[in-house]
Amino acid sequence: MRLPLPLLAATLVALPALAACTQNAASETTGSSGDGTVTVSSTDDACRLSSTEAPSGRLTFEVTNDGSQVTEFYLLDQDGKRIVGEVENIGPQLTRQLVVQAAPGTYTTACKPGMKGDGIRADFTVTDSGTKVETSADEQAMVEEAQEDYRAWVQQQSDLLVQRTRAFVEAYEAGDDRTAKALYPRARTPWERIETVAESFGDLDPRMDAREVDLEPGQEWTGWHRLEKDLWPARAEKYASLTQQQRKQYAEGLLANTVDLDKRIGGLTFTVDQIANGSRGLLEEVAKSKVSGEEEYWSRTDLYDFQANVDGARKALDVLTPLLRARDPQLLTTLQHRFDALQQLLDAQRSGDGFRSYDQLSQQQVHRLADAVNAVAEPLSRLTAAVIS
Amino acid sequence: MQQRSGQQRPDQQRPDQQRPDLQRLEQPPAPRGARVSRRGLIGGGAAAAGLAGAFVAGHASAQSPSGTSAGTSSYAFRGAHQAGIVTPAQDRLHFAAFDVTTGSRAQLVALLRAWTDAAERMTRGLPAGGGAVEGAPDLPPDDTGEAIGLPASGLTITFGFGPGLFRDAHGRDRFGIADRRPAALAQLPHFPGDVLDEARSYGDLCVQACADDPQVAVHAIRNLARIGFGTVAVRWSQLGFGRTSTTSTSQSTPRNLFGFKDGTHNVKAEQASAVDEHVWVAAGDDPAAEWLAGGSYLVARRFDMAIEVWDRQTLGDQEDSIGRTKGTGAPLSGGGEFTRPDFTMAGSHGPVIPEDAHVSVVHPDHNGGARMLRRGYNFVDGTDALGGLNAGLFFLAYVRDPRTQFIPIQAKMAKADALMEYLQVTGSALFAVPPGAGAGEHVGQALFT
Repeated sequence: MRLPLPLLAATLVALPALAACTQNAASETTGSSGDGTVTVSSTDDACRLSSTEAPSGRLTFEVTNDGSQVTEFYLLDQDGKRIVGEVENIGPQLTRQLVVQAAPGTYTTACKPGMKGDGIRADFTVTDSGTKVETSADEQAMVEEAQEDYRAWVQQQSDLLVQRTRAFVEAYEAGDDRTAKALYPRARTPWERIETVAESFGDLDPRMDAREVDLEPGQEWTGWHRLEKDLWPARAEKYASLTQQQRKQYAEGLLANTVDLDKRIGGLTFTVDQIANGSRGLLEEVAKSKVSGEEEYWSRTDLYDFQANVDGARKALDVLTPLLRARDPQLLTTLQHRFDALQQLLDAQRSGDGFRSYDQLSQQQVHRLADAVNAVAEPLSRLTAAVIS
Repeated sequence: MQQRSGQQRPDQQRPDQQRPDLQRLEQPPAPRGARVSRRGLIGGGAAAAGLAGAFVAGHASAQSPSGTSAGTSSYAFRGAHQAGIVTPAQDRLHFAAFDVTTGSRAQLVALLRAWTDAAERMTRGLPAGGGAVEGAPDLPPDDTGEAIGLPASGLTITFGFGPGLFRDAHGRDRFGIADRRPAALAQLPHFPGDVLDEARSYGDLCVQACADDPQVAVHAIRNLARIGFGTVAVRWSQLGFGRTSTTSTSQSTPRNLFGFKDGTHNVKAEQASAVDEHVWVAAGDDPAAEWLAGGSYLVARRFDMAIEVWDRQTLGDQEDSIGRTKGTGAPLSGGGEFTRPDFTMAGSHGPVIPEDAHVSVVHPDHNGGARMLRRGYNFVDGTDALGGLNAGLFFLAYVRDPRTQFIPIQAKMAKADALMEYLQVTGSALFAVPPGAGAGEHVGQALFT
């Protein structure tokens, strides 16, 4: 995934009952088959559409920027206030697509060269083709509920993280390595469940979760994995244990950063596309560093992280379930089945109230886990588009 | 090749007969054209020696945009610069790094002479040694034979010297050349995200064989390795297909395994002043290493791509990671493939080309004007242990000084490039590439005289 969650993006697209997704695939052949494609030419002072009306159903605006500055294209409601669909950041001479499910009615189109002002507006009519378009009035409520559920859950995990980290660093600082080792993977669990949120704080993430191989020259190594190596130095060559003073310093630093993170998470809200993208991102984390046993190089507790990432991805799907059921029930069924299959494989690796060491997995078991992750991740990559279109 | 080297076969007992190329060291080279050429007469005795990188004969493949048509061209081996650097990038690669196993300077020099001779022959479409089928029936043939009947296929063979050639791991001056080590020839620093496999990194010598036919490239490395047994040992090698750069304006821009055009703004052979500025080491660049003037530095890095993860990213995210459209390769700030990116053009959430887009991070405008001549290749080494494609980009770049060109750009990439999310570097090496060999000289001769 590219950015875990674009938390810093100020403009969050409101999700209307009639929603849209943007695509920028190569031009489709327009043809004369009435496939609902309207071509749009946006210049610096004009917005030309190949047609000012189209039949209801799936509607594609193929927007070409024939001007000299960045442009945007909007489909708005009749009053020109509510955004039905938009496509942003179209550079000069580039073409982007806006795909919407449009119900019959009157709309407003707008090109916005230079992304300034209200844009160049015109009326647009969607005639009744007989195609049924989902316009459930409940959908907005579903969106709001999903957002609130997810927000509350992230906050809960963040609180849990502070609580468990505190217990972990206390044991570690006190030199109770046995307890610290037992607490380490459990304290990290809430972190890994909301990893895509936590990672979006570019300053905190390297301080808290950097792995040794990812350090830049001169960068001080702090955070979870610094302590991990100190607790499990068996795989290290010529490792010198941290002094009591260093222990204290790193442990308190981790706790302070965790508290800071918790504070910052407090004010966050999440849009459905962020929730869906976060879910995808968590599975990619599993695919890249957990299933391969790279994340917990010293402790070999990768399966705890694995489970936590899956928990987070699944939670996102759960809060989006009502919405997805309305938009793409088949995708929902596929995802639920495949999450269940993945969970079954993970459950087989439980030991007591935790998980076996990564080293105890056979190559075949790792392979099967990786296959199951791929099986979930592939359809999951369609979740965002499904819930916003 | 490695397996064979471990076997104590009879050839170990008859080095004089087994290694005609070494045996020939004290003799003048065999008359050209005396043997049957793989290419018949086309690549025969009329070699235009001295025209570095010039076409000797034929042209169809290298000038065709795809470079995939029948390889009927060949490039002169000798010249002011080694071939295989600004030569229009061929479609196939076999790259090998060697450890020198001898402590004898004389043997090392003898090998370079033997390699030079064999390389010159092979790039002309001739067998490595006397021939694959012309020798005595009770001896292994001089040439391994798999290239019989194949044209030269634009083969170029380029040699380089690693830092370990000058001093070994214990700091010992192995061949009396330590004081001539170029200052820039040191092991590359660790970059964030490097997960280097020793068995895919480093090496005292390297050989880059590029051709339009994979069999010809493999034949070249195989025969050079064979000539070298006893003096050098293969440390690692890499096959590549689908050049991922354009080194000539006569070539179209190819695509890497992420599906994006790669090398749009590469340094190209026709840009003579850019090549002089960014690729060739100039006289005076390094007073201790004047022998390198007219040469270059070669950075080799194996970038493993997280193919399956990448394939699950949306088109919009993929394009934002690169900073170009996937279709035409135009920068996101608009225009066509070769339109200059406008990094200041505002978009709705920051610049239209995101600041962490690959094109923005590595662009010369953001790196003090530093450029590189890239010559990378796609690779797919089958499937990994988890069923994923073991694939990526074998990055090769020629620079005048890695300390001001490659190293700062790679450091920045490791820190700030969105693309690094999908990349892991598993192999890494740096070599000094000596200038071309003149008539009667061997590669790197100036270093040893």
